[in-house]
Amino acid sequence: MKEAEIRRLLAANLLCALSIVLTAVVPSFFLEGFTVLGTHLTWLCVCSVCVGALNVILHLALKPSQSPKRSSFAQKISRFLKCCIYFFMSCILFHAIIVLYGAPLIESVTETFLFAVLLSTFTTLQCLCILGPNIQAWIRVFSKNGAMSIWESSLQITTVCSILGAWFGAFPIPLDWDRPWQVWPISCSLGATFGYMAGLIIAPLWIHWNRKQLTYKSR
Amino acid sequence: MGDDTWEGLFPKKFFRSYFFPSFNVKDLHTVDDGILQHLYPTVDSGEWDMLIAHFLGVDHCGHKHGPDHPEMAKKLTQMNEMLRSLVDHLGNDTLLLVAGDHGMTETGDHGGDSEKEVNAALFVYSRTPLFGSGPPEEPETIPQVNLVPTVALLLGVPIPYSNIGEVMAELFSGDGDTVSAALQQLSVYHINAKQVDRFLHSYSLVAQDLPAEQLQHLQELFSSTVEEHTQLLAEVQGTTLVPPELESRLGSLIGRFQLYLREARAVCTQSWARFHPLRMVGGCILVAASCLLCYVASELATSSDSFYRSCLLYPLLWGLMGAALLGLAHIFTQEGLDLLLVSSWAAAASQMGFFWHWWVQHPKRARLVGSQPPLASSGLRQRLRAWLGLAFPMGILFFRCGAMFSDSFVVAEARVAPFLLASLVMLLVGKLHWDGHLTVPESPKQQLLGFSSYRKDIWYLLCLVAVLLVCVRLSGFFHQCREEIPQCRPSLFLSPLASLRNTRAKNLFYLLCVALLAGLVYAVRSWLRHYGNLNSSDPLVLFVRWGFPLVVLCIACYWAVASSTDDSLGKLQELVQVAVVAFPWAVYGLASVGLLLLLCNPMTVFAKDTRESAGSIVTPYLGVPSSEVDFLHVIPQIYKRMQESQKSRLERGSCRATVAAYGLGSVYSAALVIALTLLGFLLMLLHSERLSFAFLLLFLEAFVLLHIHTCARGLAGDAEPFSVPWYAVISWLLAASQFFYSTGHQPIFPAIHWNAAFVGFHLDHSTNLLPAVLVGANTFASHILFAVGCPLLLLWPFVCEMPNSQRKKPKKEAREELQEVEEHMMEMRLRESPEKFSVALLQLGLKYLFVLGTQLLACVCAAMILRRHLMVWKVFAPKFLFESLGFVVSSICLLLGISLVMRVDCAVSTWFSQLRLR
Repeated sequence: MKEAEIRRLLAANLLCALSIVLTAVVPSFFLEGFTVLGTHLTWLCVCSVCVGALNVILHLALKPSQSPKRSSFAQKISRFLKCCIYFFMSCILFHAIIVLYGAPLIESVTETFLFAVLLSTFTTLQCLCILGPNIQAWIRVFSKNGAMSIWESSLQITTVCSILGAWFGAFPIPLDWDRPWQVWPISCSLGATFGYMAGLIIAPLWIHWNRKQLTYKSR
Repeated sequence: MGDDTWEGLFPKKFFRSYFFPSFNVKDLHTVDDGILQHLYPTVDSGEWDMLIAHFLGVDHCGHKHGPDHPEMAKKLTQMNEMLRSLVDHLGNDTLLLVAGDHGMTETGDHGGDSEKEVNAALFVYSRTPLFGSGPPEEPETIPQVNLVPTVALLLGVPIPYSNIGEVMAELFSGDGDTVSAALQQLSVYHINAKQVDRFLHSYSLVAQDLPAEQLQHLQELFSSTVEEHTQLLAEVQGTTLVPPELESRLGSLIGRFQLYLREARAVCTQSWARFHPLRMVGGCILVAASCLLCYVASELATSSDSFYRSCLLYPLLWGLMGAALLGLAHIFTQEGLDLLLVSSWAAAASQMGFFWHWWVQHPKRARLVGSQPPLASSGLRQRLRAWLGLAFPMGILFFRCGAMFSDSFVVAEARVAPFLLASLVMLLVGKLHWDGHLTVPESPKQQLLGFSSYRKDIWYLLCLVAVLLVCVRLSGFFHQCREEIPQCRPSLFLSPLASLRNTRAKNLFYLLCVALLAGLVYAVRSWLRHYGNLNSSDPLVLFVRWGFPLVVLCIACYWAVASSTDDSLGKLQELVQVAVVAFPWAVYGLASVGLLLLLCNPMTVFAKDTRESAGSIVTPYLGVPSSEVDFLHVIPQIYKRMQESQKSRLERGSCRATVAAYGLGSVYSAALVIALTLLGFLLMLLHSERLSFAFLLLFLEAFVLLHIHTCARGLAGDAEPFSVPWYAVISWLLAASQFFYSTGHQPIFPAIHWNAAFVGFHLDHSTNLLPAVLVGANTFASHILFAVGCPLLLLWPFVCEMPNSQRKKPKKEAREELQEVEEHMMEMRLRESPEKFSVALLQLGLKYLFVLGTQLLACVCAAMILRRHLMVWKVFAPKFLFESLGFVVSSICLLLGISLVMRVDCAVSTWFSQLRLR
C-alpha cells in the first residue's frame, strides 16, 4: 500500500517537474522569440498557469485526500470560490513580503506580482489542492510531526524548498557579473523554480528512505 | 593671502600676508571678501615675486550647499569676475596659475578617492604667448605632483629634494624656434631627472623598500640618457651647423627623460603601498583567537564559579607578564620599543593562558559527565539539538561574514544587512511554528480532527514582525550612495534643510522633525510613566520631566537657525552667529548634566513607606497628583517587596506593613532608556535635520526587536531565563549595521559627514580631538546606540513579564505557591540571584563581542586575502577601517552600557540597605 502510494507520488511529482521543463521549451515553437530570460514575464505566466492546471488535474485524478463526506454542488462551488480568494490573498501577501524584503516598490510592479503568483502556485496552490481551504489543517501540516500522509510530507518539502530557492535566488542580484539573469526578478523566480523541482524530486526519495521512521497518525 | 592654513604650515615665511580664519565651512564669505579687498592693491604695488591667493568660498559652499545650489552659482560667478579683472592687472612677465586642489562629489564633499573628487581644473595664463601651437581640443590631465618642479624651476629655485613629479615642459618652450625650445625643455628635464635620481639614490641607501632590480633599471636608463644628452649638447655647441636629424633626436631624448621620470614615479607609488604578510597573518590569528575565546568563555560562564579566577584573571596576569618580559628584553637589547608588537604579544600570551586553563579544566568536566552514563546519552541528543538550534542564527551570521569577501556585496551591504535581518526574524517565527510553540496544546477533540489553532498572542507576534519589516524597508530610504553604483541617487533626506529651496517644503519638514522629536520625548516619558519610574522627585526624574523638553526646544531652535539662509536674516546676522553656537552648547550641557545625574543617582524609584502607619497594604494616595488613567496604570506596576528580615521582625510584632516602591521593577531598563534617549538627542543634533526620521525608525525598530525577542522567549518557554539566545544578539547587531547605512553613512571616506565637526563651533577648532570625536560620534551613531542598549536584551523579558505568561523555574514555583498574591517581580528577579545576574551580563557581553569580532575577522581576512584585488583601496580597505573603528566604538559603548547597569545595581543595593536600616 505504502510503496504503491510512494510510486504514485513519484509519478505525479515527475510529471510536474516535466511540465516545468516543457514550459521552458515548448512555447518557443508557438511564440516568436520566446526565451525564458528574454521574455521572462511570458514564461512566468505560462509556467504558473501550466503548473497550476497540472496540479489541479492531478489532484482531481489521484484524489490524495479523500473527503470524508460527499458534498453538494453548492458546497463545491463555495469551496472553489474560497480557494480562489485564498489564492489571490496569498499572491498579495507574497507581493507585500517581497517588497518588504527590498524589491522595488513602484518600478516593475508587474514583475514582482507575477513572481508572487509563481510562488503562490508553487506553495499555496499545492496546499489548496491537498488540504483544501482549511487554515487549521495548513497550520497543522507545517509543524513538527504534523504531516499525516506522504502527500503532506511531500507538500512540506516542496513548499520549503521553493521558498528557500527564492531566497537563495536573491543572492546573485548584487554581483557585478552583468548577466541577463541577474535582473530582478529572474534570478529569484529561477531559484524558486529550481527549488520547487528539487523539492519534487527529493520528496519521494526522502519519504522512501525514511519510510520506517515515518509513522503517520491515522485519523 | 586667504586661508590661514598657510601661516600654520609656513610661519613667518611670507613677506606680507593677509590671513583669515578658514576652518568653519559654514562661513562662505570671510576669506574671499578679505582676499578681494587686498588682492588688486597688492598686485598693482608690484612688491612681490610670487603671490598666493587661496580662496575658500567655493569649497565651503560645496560643503554647505552642494554643487547645484544658487549659492554655488553666486560663488562661481564671483570667482569668474575676480579672474576677469585680475587678468587686466597682470603684467607681461607674469604667469597666472589657477588650480583647484580637489574636486567635489554630488553632495559637495571631498577627501575620498573618487573620480569627481581627485579631478580639479588647472588654468594657466600669461600675457605673452606660451604655447607654440594652439591649445589641444581635449584638455590633458597631469598629476598634481607636477606642479612642484614646474613652479620651482619657473621661479628659478632648486626643485625640492623629495619631489617625484615631472615638469610641465610646455611652460618652458620660450619664444624661439622649435629647436631652441626643445633644447630648453631638454635642459629642464635634465635638471628634473637629476633631482629625482639623487632622491632615489639617497632614499635607497636609507630604506630598503624599493625593489633593487627596478632601481638598477632606472639607474641605467638615467645614466644612458644623460650620456646621450651631454653628447648631443657637445655636438650642438661644437658645430654651428645644425645636425640633420637633430629635431627627432631631441624628441626621442625628451621622450626618454619623460619615460624615466614616469617610471620612477610608478616604482615609488607601487612600493610605498606594501604589505607585511607575517604581521597580517598574526593579526588575523589574534582576532580569530579572541573570537574563539569570547565564544568559549560565553559557553563556560554558567558552568563554574572558579571560572572567573582561573580563566579570566590569570590570563590577564600572563599577558601583563609577557608584556613586561618583552619590554625588559627590549630595554636590555637597546632596541626601539614597538608598542604594537608588544601589545600583540601580550594579547597572545593572555590568550594562551586562557586556553591553557580551559584545557586543564576540560578533562575534569569530561570526567564528571562520564561518571553519569545515563545522562551522557541524553546529553548527546540535547547537544545535537542545541547545535541545530545554533545553526540557524549562526548560518545568518555566516552569510553576513561571507558577504564581506565580495566587493559587490560590500558595495551592496546597505541592502544585504536588512535582507538578512528580515530573514532572521522570519526564520525565527518559522522555527517557533515548526516546533509547535505557536499553537495551543491540542485538546483531544482537536486531535481527532487533526486541526490546530493558534494561541492568542500569535497575532501580537505577527504584528510585531510586520512592523519590524516595515521599519526595515522604510529605513532603506535614508541611503547614501557609492560611486560604484552610478545610477544611484542619494536620499533627499541627507541634505541639510538649508539646501532646500522651496520654503514651504522646508517649513513643513522642519515642523515634522520637531514634532518627531517631541513625539520621541512623549513616548519615552509615557513608557517611564507606565512602569512607574516617573513618580519620585529625584533630580534625575525631574530632569526627565523638564530637561527633555528643554533639550528638544534647544535642538529645534538650533535647526531653525541653521536651516535659514544666510541673507534672509539681514541685520540679525550677528545674533544668528551667536545662536548657532549657543544652542548646540546648551544641548551638550543639558545632556551631560543628565548623564551626570544618571551616574550619581540612577534610581528612578519612588518609595512609599507605610510602616509608620502600620496599616493596609493598599496605599490610599499614590504620591503623584495624577489622573485616573495614570492611577490605573501605576497600580498594577507596584512592586511590593517586604525585606525578609523586616518581615520576620514585623510579623513578630503582628503588624503588617509594607514598603510600596514604584518603578523598582524596571529600574535598570529605565536608566538605560534615559541614557539612550539622551545619546539619541546628541547624535540627532550631529546629523542633518531630516535624518531624525531615521533615528525614530531606529528607536522603533530596537523597541520592536526587543518585544519580538521577549515574545519569542515567552512562547518558546526557555528554561534558562538568564541567558540571551544567539538570534537576539545577532539580530541586534544586524540592526546596528543596518542603521549605520540608514543614517546616511557608507564605509567610504567621501561619505563621512564632516559637517558634524562644526555643530556648536563657529570658528576654528583649537585641537584635533574634539572634531574627531564629533565626526566619529556622527559616523558610528547606530553602533553607539545599539551597543549601549545591548543589556536591554537581557532586561526586557523581565520588564515585560506578565502574570499569565510568567515562566518560573520549578524551584521558584514551590516557594511562590505559598504566596497568595502573584507578585510582579520583573527585574527584581535579577536581584534575587546576583551571581547569575553578573554571569548573565558577562555572557551577554561576550556573545556581543563574539558576533562583532566575527564580522571584524571576516573584514580583516577579506582585506588580507584580497590585498592585490583591483578594488582593495576603494572597497575592502575602507570597509576594514570603518569596521575596526566601529568595533572599537561598539566595544567601548558596550562596556559603558554594562557598567551603567552595574552602577544601577550598586544603587539598588544601597537603597535596599538604607531601607533595612530605617
